Amino acid sequence: MGSVNATVAPFTTSNVILWFRTFWAIAASGFRRYSTYRQAAVAGIVTNTVFGFLRCYVLLAVAGAAGSAAGYDRRQLATFVWVGQGLLTVVQLWGWTELADRIRTGDVVGDLLRPVHPVTAYLATDTGRAGYAVVVRLLPPVLVAPFFFELYLPSRWPTVPLFVGSVAAAVVLCFACRYLVNATAYWLADVRGPLVLWTLGSGVLCGLYFPLRFLPEWVYQPLWIVTPFPSLLQTPLDVLVERDPTPVQAALVAVQVCWAALLLATCRLVQRRAERRLVVQGG
Amino acid sequence: MADRPGGTLVAYRALLGAQARSQAAYRASFVVDLVGNVGATVFDVLTVLVLFGVTRELGGFTLRETMVVVGLSAFAFATADLLVGNIERIPRYVRTGLLDAVLLRPLGALPQLLLMDLPLRKVSRALFGLAVWVTAVTAAGIDWTPARALLVVVAPAAGVVFFGSVFVATATVSFFWIESGELANSLTYGGRDFTSYPVTVYGGWFRALFAYGLGFAFVSYHPALALLGRADPLGLPSWVSWAAPGVAVVAAALAAAAWRFGIRHYRSTGS
Repeated sequence: MGSVNATVAPFTTSNVILWFRTFWAIAASGFRRYSTYRQAAVAGIVTNTVFGFLRCYVLLAVAGAAGSAAGYDRRQLATFVWVGQGLLTVVQLWGWTELADRIRTGDVVGDLLRPVHPVTAYLATDTGRAGYAVVVRLLPPVLVAPFFFELYLPSRWPTVPLFVGSVAAAVVLCFACRYLVNATAYWLADVRGPLVLWTLGSGVLCGLYFPLRFLPEWVYQPLWIVTPFPSLLQTPLDVLVERDPTPVQAALVAVQVCWAALLLATCRLVQRRAERRLVVQGG
Repeated sequence: MADRPGGTLVAYRALLGAQARSQAAYRASFVVDLVGNVGATVFDVLTVLVLFGVTRELGGFTLRETMVVVGLSAFAFATADLLVGNIERIPRYVRTGLLDAVLLRPLGALPQLLLMDLPLRKVSRALFGLAVWVTAVTAAGIDWTPARALLVVVAPAAGVVFFGSVFVATATVSFFWIESGELANSLTYGGRDFTSYPVTVYGGWFRALFAYGLGFAFVSYHPALALLGRADPLGLPSWVSWAAPGVAVVAAALAAAAWRFGIRHYRSTGS
């Protein structure tokens, strides 16, 4: 009985340009792959728009006659909801079990045999997917909303680059979170437990159900630093509606970047540990 | 089978029993599912409490009044989701050809599909919804009359029938458009979110469409008005608030018609 060690091949070259070219190629294929589901995208846009209406009306009712709630005015709340509905699919909070499925079926061996680190390869695919989602899932609700609600437009120029950076960091961070949740399949026979915890926790704590600043300050401030969840959705949205002055915006994005780097490093660590014990049955 | 009505019942019971056994076989996974399912509804209710931490009233309704609406919506949706909700997986049945197999058996297609996939893990959610409903009704300070006592029982049942009809009707779309995917969610889960708040919260044509065009106002808003003895701030006469059960019956009839139309025009995807 022979056995093959399928661990990640070390980089044979440290050529950064080559690395970027590979990353770009995988990302482009990710973009193409997700762009094939056109009908599903249309259905998804309709659903996001309906939920945009629902959540927007509720938050505007919370603002009520006073016209503001927890420091957001009506226009900021409307923007928070509508852009949030679009970003939800850009970061893809839910519904990604590809890695866990591949681990369960053993297909993950194919990923390990490739000359690209699995974390890098999956991240590249996810970046392509996110790029497609920006065009097809973020823009439509944001373009529909102004016909029905007054939206908030940023008034300071640094907000725009900060928002773009914040969305990019959120995409990487959310990918890392999902990768870690999926990677529990290396150790568990059934990943439903971690998946359920992730689905429940992320939805509430990322600011999708309500802006986290509706909570008391002593609840949301530690949450923001100690957990990655607010960095997934609340931060880009708060940056966009200029809830805070520019230095605070920059600090929030910095927290995001730290979380993304930390969790990405954890992904690589977990992947290495998993490869030591992974046994794939069959031939 | 057709000449022995008892035989049909035995067959359905066998389907249900097999489901229950297979789902409970992996205890830990089943417990995780129970917890996960109740969690989603718990957070929906918590969201309402958080919103009331920021404001005193929502669309002219206080927390206690809103909780009656929330409880009714939570229980009705969770119970309908438990009994009928899995019909939303019908695109998969169409794609894999399972629907063809089901149609060949000498039993009704809809009951078979429902029993084959009855998600027992959703029991926890329905029970939590019931707890919220009972708590809300007790805390709301309702001026009890025989009619209201009857409505407290009939309204949740009507809500279940209504949401069940929405599930079946939206699933019918999949017969014609397999890739419709999330589209049904905008009416099922969207309906749940819509009915979780008084309809005065919403505005314009959106309210008109969801509340009266699709009838969602009759799930929780109008029964709550009748129980609380409040006049409709939107100006509809008070008898409308008692019309919920009638609306549910109409919805069920429409959903049944849609389902029959769908089944009759269903063409297998082939191989």
